[in-house]
Amino acid sequence: MFGYAGRILNVNLSTGKVRTEPLKEEIAKKYIGGIGLGIRLLLDNSKAGVDPFSPENPLILTTGPTSGTMWPTGGNGHAFVSKSPESFGVGEAKSHGSFGTELKRAGYDAVIFEGASKKPVYVWIDDEYVQLMDASHLWGKSPMETDDAIKEELGDQYIQVAAIGLSGEKLVRIACIINNRTRAAGRTGMGAVMGSKNMKAIAVRGTRDITVAKPDEFMEFLKEFHERMKGPATMKYRTLGTPLNVLVHNKLACMPTRNFNNASFERAERVSGEYLNERFVAKIIGCNSCAMRCEHVSVVPEGPYKGVMTRVEYEPLWAMGPYCGIDRLDAIIKGIDLSNYYGIDAISVGVIVAFAMDCYENGILTEKDLDGIDAQFGNQEALIELIHKIGKREGIGDILAEGVKIAGEKIDKGAEKLAQHIKGVEVTGYDLRSLKTAALGFAVSFRGADHNRHGAYSFDVGGKVNRFIVEKGRGKMVKDVEDVYTIIDSLIVCKFSRGTYYKEFEDIARLYRLVTGFDVTAEDMRLSGERINNVARLFNVREGLGRKDDTLPYKVMNLPVPDAGPSKGSYVSRKELDFLLDDYYETRGWTRDGVPTIAKLKELDMNDLNYIVKDKQG
Amino acid sequence: MTKIHERKFVSADPDKCVGCCVCEYACSFEKEKAFNPLKSRIRVVRLNQIINLSVTCRLCEDAPCVAACPRDALTQSEENGTILIDEDKCNGCGWCIEACDYGAIMLHPEKKVVFVCDLCDGEPKCVEWCPEEALDFVTKDVLAQKARITAVKKLFQEALKTVS
Repeated sequence: MFGYAGRILNVNLSTGKVRTEPLKEEIAKKYIGGIGLGIRLLLDNSKAGVDPFSPENPLILTTGPTSGTMWPTGGNGHAFVSKSPESFGVGEAKSHGSFGTELKRAGYDAVIFEGASKKPVYVWIDDEYVQLMDASHLWGKSPMETDDAIKEELGDQYIQVAAIGLSGEKLVRIACIINNRTRAAGRTGMGAVMGSKNMKAIAVRGTRDITVAKPDEFMEFLKEFHERMKGPATMKYRTLGTPLNVLVHNKLACMPTRNFNNASFERAERVSGEYLNERFVAKIIGCNSCAMRCEHVSVVPEGPYKGVMTRVEYEPLWAMGPYCGIDRLDAIIKGIDLSNYYGIDAISVGVIVAFAMDCYENGILTEKDLDGIDAQFGNQEALIELIHKIGKREGIGDILAEGVKIAGEKIDKGAEKLAQHIKGVEVTGYDLRSLKTAALGFAVSFRGADHNRHGAYSFDVGGKVNRFIVEKGRGKMVKDVEDVYTIIDSLIVCKFSRGTYYKEFEDIARLYRLVTGFDVTAEDMRLSGERINNVARLFNVREGLGRKDDTLPYKVMNLPVPDAGPSKGSYVSRKELDFLLDDYYETRGWTRDGVPTIAKLKELDMNDLNYIVKDKQG
Repeated sequence: MTKIHERKFVSADPDKCVGCCVCEYACSFEKEKAFNPLKSRIRVVRLNQIINLSVTCRLCEDAPCVAACPRDALTQSEENGTILIDEDKCNGCGWCIEACDYGAIMLHPEKKVVFVCDLCDGEPKCVEWCPEEALDFVTKDVLAQKARITAVKKLFQEALKTVS
């Protein structure tokens, strides 16, 4: 098979046994790779109701058919998939950089980590040779320190490492897995699952050739994409970067501020992309194989955090900035760097800190509860101190490390209403009260609150629909974009390059044909995109998730936007949400409870999974 | 004697190089019809997020790799300065690799003989593909010219504003 290594590696951490099995062509064609392949493997390799931290919950690492090729942004991606300790449904997170390309050259489409080691280990994949290595000397180290130490001890600086930090070891539910110092498989707690297996890192060196089915045509198509990437479709990422969103969202009053107490930030200029680029950005770098560049490496030039260097994107900037009422970019950069140091999702940790600040201002948490931290909104020192506590599970950090949902339940006293999450996963930087297409996308996202499962905000923010109302047809808009996004995450190409696929599924199908040689049409690719959304939904249905979980954060449904301006008074009512869900489920061919029908599974050629839904068709 | 516009080589600009490795892919595809950085004649070094640079053969005068070969497998082209390797004579001993200060000559993972940048017959693919235009096919004299002109422009930036 071209485009695929044709092998799945199975590592049993309990027994130390390692084996490979072939990747079946039928599975490759139907689930593509990346998250699609990963979710299917998760479903087949786990039992219903498994505890996310049990050795029985596998952690699955995948590459995609374009990984290892020169395809711009496609060469470098990898994905982690497992049952999420935050949502208790499907968890998945992608990362870019240079790790995925190395794993593909080592000859694997997927690695299934099963069981759990008794002692800390890291897994060393050296082409054919796979070994469990002692990691007791690495325990407690940051992902970057671990990366450096492994390269040093194995004596090869070109080894690629994906590692967890202290937080993953301590089962902080928002722990992530970091590669290339600043690239994170960030969301849904995949690092905590890795920690539960006592697996500190995965080190890879691959030396095989990667070839494609139609090399000359592939290079011709690739040249065209290099040109497209220099054009308007990627302009945002190459210039101000995603922090451009700050002033755009602020102007529309759709930037959640101070834990949704506001929808705009009065000091947004001070945390804007414009100010960041002028004052802090030292260089914009690129991932392996990429023909654009987006990674805005920022360095603090002066003050208490002088010399701190990290990558800055809108989401973590928003979470630690406006969402906490903080206007100090130097502290935000420090906060993002600390998140990478502990190995935690920088979005979720900002949302958790804002939750703690809201609890503090409402008297639910006192200064004593917070170990003496004066956690007012806007206090950047409190942000830094709380990240340390969450990262180490120290003091109040032990409760906050559970994520806002569980922390809210544990703290009680009304804290649950201040916990802004969907399916246990913390919100991201879009105020859904005035972005009602996005609200639907967020509500139905199979990995919980997230903008990256659908990108439906673009209809609202871009003015393509009336963002303040609900109406028939929003379900189809969300479905269509979801089906593209699952394919993007399965190939795996970068979401920032999505605008360069001018003809969407036509372009995607052509790429897939040139890489694999499979004779597929645009419609086949669209069906695969739909199939992957359905297989993720099936996993969630198997785990007991359904319509009741396709919901929105408390404040989005109960606290109208108070800010004077375009969004004033907007919120999403129960009636509106139900209307949106009905429209979406109908478009998807699911029951009123959001369960895929047998007929839909037949249409998608996935009747082998009927057993999950056959008793839930009513 | 080489003339002033001969001996062009591939030079990378550290301010522009972002470490994307597109040059490695382009090189290995051109030379070996496969994507594999281990078969690329140009290699990327990333020291940290902001320090990235591609490195390839610099066509040294009196190349030390040539002098180091005990089997006379290496010669330097009088025409363009590239290092020519006699694959029948080379036994992969690695003396030339040790002699090169830049890590620009390497052992081929399959053939087990050394290989090095041959400038793609005067049209280096890495230069053609580099998305950042960080790679330049230049002579050392032209590089020096560029540096001089940049320095003088910087020195006279105020004066330049008044004339333009």
